[in-house]
Amino acid sequence: MFGEIINYVNYVMEYEYMQRAFLTSVIVGIICGAIGCFIILRGMALMGDAISHAVLPGVALSYVLGINFFFGAVISGVLTTIGIGYISQNSRIKNDIAIGIMFTFAFAIGIIWVTLLKSSTDLYHILFGNLLVVRTSELWATFGIGVFVLVMIYLFYKELLVSSFDPTMSAAYGLPNKMIHYLLMILLTMVTVASIQTVGIVLVVAMLITPAATAYLLTDRLWIMIYLSSGFGAISSIVGLFFSNRFDLDSGATIVLTATTMFLIAFIFSPKQGVLWRSIKSKSTKSLARV
Amino acid sequence: MSSAIQVEDLYVSYHGNTALKDVTFSLEAGNLLGIIGPNGAGKSTLIKALLQLIPRDKGQVTFLDKTVKEIRKQVAYVPQRNDIDWDFPITVLETVLLGTYPKIGMFKRPKKNDKEWAYECLKEVGMEQFYKRQIGELSGGQQQRVFLARALAQKAELFFLDEPFVGVDLGSEETIINILKRLSNQGKTVTVVHHDLSKAENYFNKLLLINRELIGFGSVNEVFRPEIMAKAYKGQFAFMKEIGVSV
Repeated sequence: MFGEIINYVNYVMEYEYMQRAFLTSVIVGIICGAIGCFIILRGMALMGDAISHAVLPGVALSYVLGINFFFGAVISGVLTTIGIGYISQNSRIKNDIAIGIMFTFAFAIGIIWVTLLKSSTDLYHILFGNLLVVRTSELWATFGIGVFVLVMIYLFYKELLVSSFDPTMSAAYGLPNKMIHYLLMILLTMVTVASIQTVGIVLVVAMLITPAATAYLLTDRLWIMIYLSSGFGAISSIVGLFFSNRFDLDSGATIVLTATTMFLIAFIFSPKQGVLWRSIKSKSTKSLARV
Repeated sequence: MSSAIQVEDLYVSYHGNTALKDVTFSLEAGNLLGIIGPNGAGKSTLIKALLQLIPRDKGQVTFLDKTVKEIRKQVAYVPQRNDIDWDFPITVLETVLLGTYPKIGMFKRPKKNDKEWAYECLKEVGMEQFYKRQIGELSGGQQQRVFLARALAQKAELFFLDEPFVGVDLGSEETIINILKRLSNQGKTVTVVHHDLSKAENYFNKLLLINRELIGFGSVNEVFRPEIMAKAYKGQFAFMKEIGVSV
């Protein structure tokens, strides 16, 4: 095993395309982990899944127009968000239903456009990621998105915290909750776009919520949760890439499986929330009660 | 004479159904007002509409002769228990510290003196020894005291509390009402949504009785009279008669 790891490190050091794959996936792990904390605390896991799927038509359209697919993705992500908000606010349709309708709609349109425009190989890469073809320019774009997202979280940390925890209070003292929601949706779209090559559209939601949920089981403080979650995201990428490389598997799948493994470990062994500790505690209180 | 809360002709509706109609009243500063009425009477809706947390169809509301927008940073709001996610990763002190946010401003972080002030407010409600706890690890009464501390940390002029005594032990209830009384004696205006009629008489100096519309407003003696109360609770009294309970 140790020798394999040395091989992996050598491999990454030796080949530039592996370095680009490595750096891109680590950046994606960090930013997904950070933004994911707010997604799960605001109960928006489904929204995360929706937005990641909804970028597909935007990506396809960008190919046609010959623009960077980043812009198309943000536009279709935001349009879908607005559509969801409009339906749920103007009818008896509940939010989760509106999400389900709108994102599958956008996704279906996207599938048709991509198949009409390009070969099905491209569709496969967009859906499931393809780390080994990351270009230097794309690495820089991912880096730029990463820096921007982290700076925004840093700058608006106070506002994100209070509007996630107690939106009524934040509205009462004059914070624009809706704007904060849309800001978060834009950041989410950007993170999704950055993740397309690493894990692909279908599995982005796992990178958003699994490391964040793992961190949520381990701490009672938001800022620690964000650091932990980013760390777990990065570790998932590094370990996942290793397995992808070693066994010639899709990197998206191995990264997500690594993240899930960490979640299961926390789920069982977390000192405060883990099921193991909890069952020991409830048994000891039961035996105390018997005495 | 300027009033702390001035409401004229307020109408609110939800999806086309009238929730509140024709509410007009005026409250001077330094009062401790209880909003009472049967379930579904629109008590919470009223304070949310006053603060424009939900849209109003029509009507004018001013606080200390200013619009809601101009006065927002002077408003402290304590939400209903059910509106809070008690598993949120936040400690007691951090929760109280949120009360300093409105006056800190964008892009800035609370400083050492803000944290000291938050700790002072925790002391005020007798919760300082729990400052490191996660908020879900507290009892209902302790949680409500922490949220009152957060309101105190806001150094507000107007306080709005939505059902602060639900799920609260007697000791905490006493602590909370004493602090609210002291605030109103200091000239602050405190408005409390309350459903337990048995204590309304002792807790507040003014009462506002609603059931979709304003039924009574004034001092406790003026409102807390059988013939006025019956108007608000008539549906429920009829129902009780139907099932054989004498009123």
